[in-house]
Formats: sequence, C-alpha cells, structure tokens
Amino acid sequence: MTFQRPTFRHPDLPPNSAGYNLRDYEGGISTLCAGCGHDSICGAIIQACFELAIPPHQLVKMSGIGCSSKTPAYFLGKSHGFNSVHGRMPSIATGANMANRDLVYLGVSGDGDTASIGMGQFVHAVRRNLNMVYIVMNNGCYGLTKGQYSATADKGTKSKKGSVNALESIDLCELAIQLGAGFVGRSFSGDKKQLVPMIKAGLAHKGLSFIDVISPCVTFNNNPESTKSYHWVREHSEATNTFDFVPFRQTITTEYEDSVDQEVRLHDDSVIHLHKHENTPDVTDRRQAIDNLEDHKAEGVILTGVLYVNPESADTHDILNTSEKSFNSMGVEDLCPGGDVLAKINESYR
Amino acid sequence: MKQLQGVNDFVIRFANVNGSGSASANNLFAKAVFRMGVPVSPKNIFPSNIQGLPTWYEVRVNEQGYVGRRGDIDMVVAVNGQTLRQDYDSLVPGGYFLFDSSKPLPEDFQRDDITVIGIPLTFLCNETFENPRMRPLLKNIIYVGALATLLDMELQVLIDSVNRQFQKKPKLAEPNIQALELGYAYAQEHHPDTCQLKVQRSDKVGDAIIMDGNSATALGALYAGATVVGWYPITPSTSVIEAFGRYAEKYRIEADTGRIKAAIVQAEDELAAIGIVIGASWNGARAFTATSGPGISLMNEFLGLAYFGEIPAVLIDVQRAGPSTGMPTRTQQSDVLECAYASHGDTKHPLLFPCDPRECFDMTADAFDLAEHLQTPVMVMSDLDLGMNDHFGPPLSWETGRSYDRGKVLSAEELDTLTTRWGRYKDTDGDGICYRTYPGTHPEKGVYFTRGTSRDEYSAYTESSAAYQANMERLELKWETTKRLLPLARIKTPFPKARLGAIFYGSTAPAAYEAIELLHQRGIDINTMRLRAFPFQQEVLDFINNHELVFVIEQNRDGQMRTLLINEEGLPSDKMVHIGCYDGMPVASRSLVRALEKAMGGLGINLQQLSTQGGTQ
Ligand SMILES: Cc1ncc(C[n+]2csc(CCOP(=O)(O)OP(=O)(O)O)c2C)c(N)n1
Ligand code: SF4
Ligand SMILES: [Mg+2]
Repeated sequence: MTFQRPTFRHPDLPPNSAGYNLRDYEGGISTLCAGCGHDSICGAIIQACFELAIPPHQLVKMSGIGCSSKTPAYFLGKSHGFNSVHGRMPSIATGANMANRDLVYLGVSGDGDTASIGMGQFVHAVRRNLNMVYIVMNNGCYGLTKGQYSATADKGTKSKKGSVNALESIDLCELAIQLGAGFVGRSFSGDKKQLVPMIKAGLAHKGLSFIDVISPCVTFNNNPESTKSYHWVREHSEATNTFDFVPFRQTITTEYEDSVDQEVRLHDDSVIHLHKHENTPDVTDRRQAIDNLEDHKAEGVILTGVLYVNPESADTHDILNTSEKSFNSMGVEDLCPGGDVLAKINESYR
Repeated sequence: MKQLQGVNDFVIRFANVNGSGSASANNLFAKAVFRMGVPVSPKNIFPSNIQGLPTWYEVRVNEQGYVGRRGDIDMVVAVNGQTLRQDYDSLVPGGYFLFDSSKPLPEDFQRDDITVIGIPLTFLCNETFENPRMRPLLKNIIYVGALATLLDMELQVLIDSVNRQFQKKPKLAEPNIQALELGYAYAQEHHPDTCQLKVQRSDKVGDAIIMDGNSATALGALYAGATVVGWYPITPSTSVIEAFGRYAEKYRIEADTGRIKAAIVQAEDELAAIGIVIGASWNGARAFTATSGPGISLMNEFLGLAYFGEIPAVLIDVQRAGPSTGMPTRTQQSDVLECAYASHGDTKHPLLFPCDPRECFDMTADAFDLAEHLQTPVMVMSDLDLGMNDHFGPPLSWETGRSYDRGKVLSAEELDTLTTRWGRYKDTDGDGICYRTYPGTHPEKGVYFTRGTSRDEYSAYTESSAAYQANMERLELKWETTKRLLPLARIKTPFPKARLGAIFYGSTAPAAYEAIELLHQRGIDINTMRLRAFPFQQEVLDFINNHELVFVIEQNRDGQMRTLLINEEGLPSDKMVHIGCYDGMPVASRSLVRALEKAMGGLGINLQQLSTQGGTQ
C-alpha cells in the first residue's frame, strides 16, 4: 500500500540556519504499509537533520535489506544513499567513512538485518566505534519476508499468527554498551518528542551512536499480545530521563521541576541536558547503564531515553591515526612514492 | 658410481623443521648464489603449522635463467630427523646427501648410488657456541658454510650478506660469520673435492631482483594510491597486507602530523572485508582486499552487488589448494571459475593473471585503473607459489608522470555545465560505462541512490522488465569495452608450421616455457600463449584456431581455464587438451614434459611424424 507520509508541516516554517527548508530533507514517497512505525522514524530523521541544519549533500545514508532498510529512499532525497545487502550495512559504512571522514554517516537497519544476519558486522562496527549514527527500526520480526520472529522478539511474545516465541531475545542496546559504543539510546517510533532530540544528539556525538527504536510492524506484529505492538509499548515503557539536546553555540535551559540535571558535553561542545529523577543512574557509567536496563527488564518495563554516553570515545580514525585529510581527495602526488623510491626498493631485493 | 656434475645448474633441497629458524640460513644461501651473478629460484614448501613439522626449501640454480621448478633433487641438506629417510630416498642417482653426522646414519641407509657427506653440525655448534638460544640458528649457518666449500662458492659473498643482514646489529653478525667459517673449514678438511656440483661467478643477473610476489602486489597497491584496505587473515594472502602495512608506515606518513595516509581495517570476516572495499570505492577512495579461495566464496554476495551497482573494487586472490581448507599452504590455480563468474545472477568479472613479481606490481596497479575506469570489481589472480616464494625476475618500475585513471567521475563544475539530464546508469558515450559522482560533491546536483535492486537510468527503483533487460545489455556492452582495455596474451609462435599449441598462465609460466623448450630439443614443436587476462580477446581465439590441438596447462584438476575458454569462445572440447598439475607443488618442468608426452601418447600423436612433417595450419 502506498501512502503519503503524515508529516505535519507548518506552512510558513522558516528555513534553518543553513538556509534549507524542511522539504529539502524529505525523500521519495514511502511504499511501506500505512501506519508502519518505520515511517514515523523517517519523519524524526528528517526533523532532526533539519533542526541540526546539516547540508543534505554532506550526509550519506546507508542501509541493509528489509522494510526498514528501504527507508533511506523516503528521507533526505538530496543525500547520496546506498542500499546494500542484507546485514552488511556496517561494512559499507566502515569503508565509506574511511574514504571520507568529512561527511555525516547515517545507517539504518532492521532487527533482522542487525541482530541475525548482520550480527557480526554490527558488533564489530561498534567495537571500531565508527563515527556514524546507527538506527535499528526494531519491530521484533522480519517484515519484508512476512513476519517471522527476529532475534529481538521477546521470549513469550505472541505474534499475529498466534505462535509464542520460545527463544531468548537479544538486547541490542545492552550489547552496544558492552562493546564500547559511545552513545546508546532507545526510543519508540510513536514518541517523536523523545526521538528527534535523540537522533540529533547521536548525530553530534563523535563515534558510534546506536539508537534502537521500537517500531511496530502493523501488518505482522501489532496484535496486543505482541511486546513490539503500539499498545504494549505505550503501556509498558518508562523513560529513564527526559532531555534536551543543545547543539553547540546555542544555550537553552529548560527547567523541569522535581528533576535533577545532568549535563553531558559532546566533543563539538553540544550539550545533552538530562532531566532525571533522583537516584536514576549516571548515563556516563557503563555498569550503571547496563544494570538499569536489566532492572527494568526484570520488571517487564521497556526502558527508553539516552541510556549511555561516553563523550570522550575515540573513533576508528583516531584509533588508526589516519590523516585528517579525506582519502578521496588525495591524488598521485599525495600517495605515490615515485620512481626513485622504487629504485631504492628494488635495491633492497638484490 | 657416477657422481652428478654441473656448474651453475642443479637443485638443492634443505630439509628442516619449521619454526627452527632455518629460513634465514637457507635464504642466505640463495641470496649468495644470486649475488654471485647466477639466476636462482628458491621454493619454500611448508606445512600448515607454526612449529615442529617438516619444511623444505628447494633451491634451483640455473645459469640459463630457467627459474621455474625443475623437479628431481641433486643434493639434500638433511637436518630433519623426521624426514631423513624420505630425503635420503628422494635423491636422484649420483646425488649428494649432506647430513648432521653428530649422530650416525641408521644401519639401513645403504644406497650406493649417492655420495654421503657427514658434517657434525650439532657437535660443532655446541662446542663453539655458549648461548643455547642461538645454537639452533647457528647450526643452520654452519651447513651454509660447509656448502660454500662443497660447491666452491665465494665465502666472502656469504660474509658480506651476513654483514648486510645485521647492519643494524653488528654484534649478531659476529657469531654468524664464525659459524660460516666453522662449516667452511670443516668441509675443507674432511670433504675436499667431494662434490662435483659447483656455483661459479657469472654475469647472468643483470638488474634482476629476487622478490616475493606478495610484496610486489602490495607495492603495486601502494603506488596506485590505495588508501583503504579491508582484509581478514588467510594464508597465502596475509603477507600482501603485511607488506602494504610496512610500506605504508614508511612511505605514507605525513611529515607534519605523523598520521598515516591509509586505513588498514582488519575486518571480522571476508564479507566485511569486501564490504569495506566497496563502501570506500563507492565514496571515491582506492580500496582493495587480499584473500584466498575461501574468502572469495564468502565475498560472493557482495560481488554481485558491486557488479550490478557498478562499484569499483580490487581483489587480490592468492590462490591455494582447495576445496575448502584443502592444503592451505600449498599452491594451486583453482579459483579461476569461482572468480570469473563469482556471485548469483548473471555476473562476470575481469581477471588478471600475473606470472612474476614484476607483473604482480604492474597488474595490481593497473587493476585500480581498470576497476575505476570500468566501475566493476577486478581480481588479480596470484597464487601461493607466486605470492610467497622469492622469484628471480626484472625489477619493478614506475613510469615517471604516470597518473591515475579515476574513470568517469563528475566534479561539481562538470555537473554545473551539464546540458542534458544526468543519469547514473545512462550510457551517453556508447561504451557501456556511465558517469558517477562521489557523495558530497555538489549541494544540489549529482545525487543518486545506489541499490542492488533493478533501477532505471536515473537510478530510480523500477521493476520494469524492459528497464532491467536494457541495463543488463548495457553491462554486456561494457564487457566488450573491457576486452579492449585488458593486457593482451603473450603469444610466441617460433614454429610457423607447428600444429600444437600450449596455453598457460600465472606461476605455471616459467616451468611451462622450459618444458616446451625441452620438447623442442626432442623434436616436438609447440607454440605458446600465456594468458594474462579474462575476458579473452580475439588474439586468444586466433591462436587456438591456428593450431590443430591445444594443451591447456594449469594447476587444477578440472581444467578450469579450459572450461572458461570453451564456454566463452564456443570451442570444440576435443581440441583443448587438459594438462593438470595440481598436487599442490609449484609446477616442475621435468614432470610437465612427462605429462605432455603422456598426453600426446594417449592421443595417438605420432611424435616422429610431428617433428618431421610439420603441418599445415
Ligand atoms: C542474503 C539474504 N537472505 C535473505 C534475504 C531475505 N530477506 C529480506 S528482508 C529480510 C528480513 C528483514 O528483517 P528486518 O531487518 O527486521 O527488516 P524489517 O522488514 O522487519 O523492517 C530477509 C530475511 C535477503 N534479502 N538476503
Ligand atoms: S510489513 Fe511491517 S515492517 Fe514492513 S512495511 Fe508493513 S508494517 Fe512496516
Ligand atoms: Mg524487523
């Protein structure tokens, strides 16, 4: 079914600081099922990029295969895109990022694409702390191949077809924290208020920003007993914090009553301004972040919000100590040692 | 007993235990022959193991410059107890058996057709050297010293080599030289005039170098401007990446920042390795991977994407004996079909076949130009023998002023001056190759979406059958363009009337040329064609058509290149005779002669008739 993206657009919304209008961040018409969670995430991506005033051609969008991985066609139509093969977006992103460190890399994947076929590539991209935003549109099933359970489906959940999932589920956020991602968040496609600033903060963070977005599949996995349904998530989720993302050069302070503030300053001097309840864990502490997730899981509650941030993490380029100049701008004069050197090399083989 | 005699023409084999440090002693010997001006070719025959298993180092010394493996062993240096019997039996009659006589030979070693030379290596070593850690290494150096006497070599050349090797640690040179002299003196005293094989100073080396193919490949990539490497360790390709890393550390460091102009990413597997290459190439960097057959198998899905999405990629396949893990430290040319048609759907890929380090260098550098010009994966088909063994051959050269062919890539200015609508998959030049853009080039123009699904000329998703088919036909046109850009086969037709032809490629070449010459000396004339690339050009077909019968000599069981030729060129299969050398060892000219003679016998070819009558074409 084809439908028009339901983005509410204020008729005279002013352009952003880079002079682009919201429509400059939109893409082609979505061909996903009406009501699919993935479409709302596209809307949030468009909004976040618009608000951050990223010049669209400075961003590269990549994906694997799946309904979720189709979405780069539906946002940022003025950006180069790469829809690769199933589960392999992280390696494409790694190569692209190595070639040109000056662009912004946004990868989109599904729970099948990431937690099953692409698990190896996912965990190693996280370990390399590749400078990118990695969004999983998590519906607990394989939408595009008609609803089979994925590895993030909760144990005991029931799909539309009625079968109960007997296998343990994989928590991608927990894994990402363990493996050293610098920024980890979880959100819900139906919560744009939380999702937009989370994507913005992820984009500003240097290193791998992993965002798991629960995104119901209305066609195969949205029955009330499914733990990835709109209904279930609304009833069973809790935000660990609310937050504002303050891009660098801006200062906003929103005061929330009954809240304690924590500020996390990112490498480019943007600030994540967290408003949290007393005694909630420190988001810069890895152990606390994992415990927090586990504690809520034990209570049957889906924890959302910014789960972990390490603003100091070194990305792949830092680790490899690569040139600050992008490789794809280098030519023969930068890269070729020339004939005289070769004569010397020959001599060492005599 | 008739002892083997020969000046600058023999094969010597060192039988060692791997991990015992024998490599540097054996290498010292081979280098010394080289530095005496005599062509030499060493082959390392090693197990898939780190320590404790048998390993051999076979050195062919040949004044005439035949540097393929010959087959048959004239002299053995037997210092591995595990294989003593095997090494003893392997000698040809008249050969020489040098062993560590600190322990007597077993009773039943009773050959009377060879010369046995005992040197008490262990005894001499322990008596002279205190440091137990150094002893195993120096023991090996002692036999090199003894060989200098036996083969009449210039001891000074060996001493100079040691000094050169330990330039930075002169302290280490001392005991090594002492060990050389020890062996030398012992042999002079106990075995004067024992051996009739000699190495004599000559002038047949010229400006040649002695280098392994993998280092040359790495340098080809370095010179071609490769900046992104995705790889996963696998013998025998690993040393390509290691060498690239070493050279990058030397020649790609920014003087002011100390940063490196290369990203070498050790991936989690070969799927990721090729993904990294494709992602980087798509984004405008030159990128490559090096792997072997099992890695190519894993890369198959991505290769289909790169073919269809038209993304450059350079792959180095250093082939080894398969299938599966097969014999991972033995050589073969058995990935030909896998690589030619890698992936699902209708796919085919240009392949290059280097035969020596010089060609490893040239073809790797060319592969980057080709991949970017043609916007497709290009594979350089090396193998373990070529890649890991040292080869005697011409030096590497880089043409002054050579630039990189980055292919059809539009800049911002070019996008601005376009008068017609640009389409990523629109063939405006009629050669099947379209124009691409790098991300970030232009704020408004040149953006497109890369996908493995069918799309129209403007890269928009479509399931239109007509659009799909038109695109596949354009790719076929690009394939025709490819043929014009690839290196031509090396065709040698010294015998205009010969009815027989031989086709070979890659590391088979040196032994094949020698075998053809040996057959010529016996009155059998065979013209030759050394393939250098796939797809095949017209010249390849012409050569085959000009001969009645063609032998396809290759290092695999199934005659993969033969299959490819028959399939691509529509040739009658009975005309193409498969000669397979696939035991995992580098091809040896003597066994190849036997194989060719046997094939001719089997085909009822009357050798006498062939040589006297010649034939019509
Ligand atoms: C190698 C390979 N195997 C299988 C498929 C078939 N396939 C396409 S999408 C998909 C599952 C996608 O699931 P997910 O990533 O969760 O995306 P969703 O559709 O749920 O958004 C599968 C198995 C494929 N395209 N490639
Ligand atoms: S099948 Fe599910 S995931 Fe796919 S588009 Fe429809 S609702 Fe979305
Ligand atoms: Mg899914």
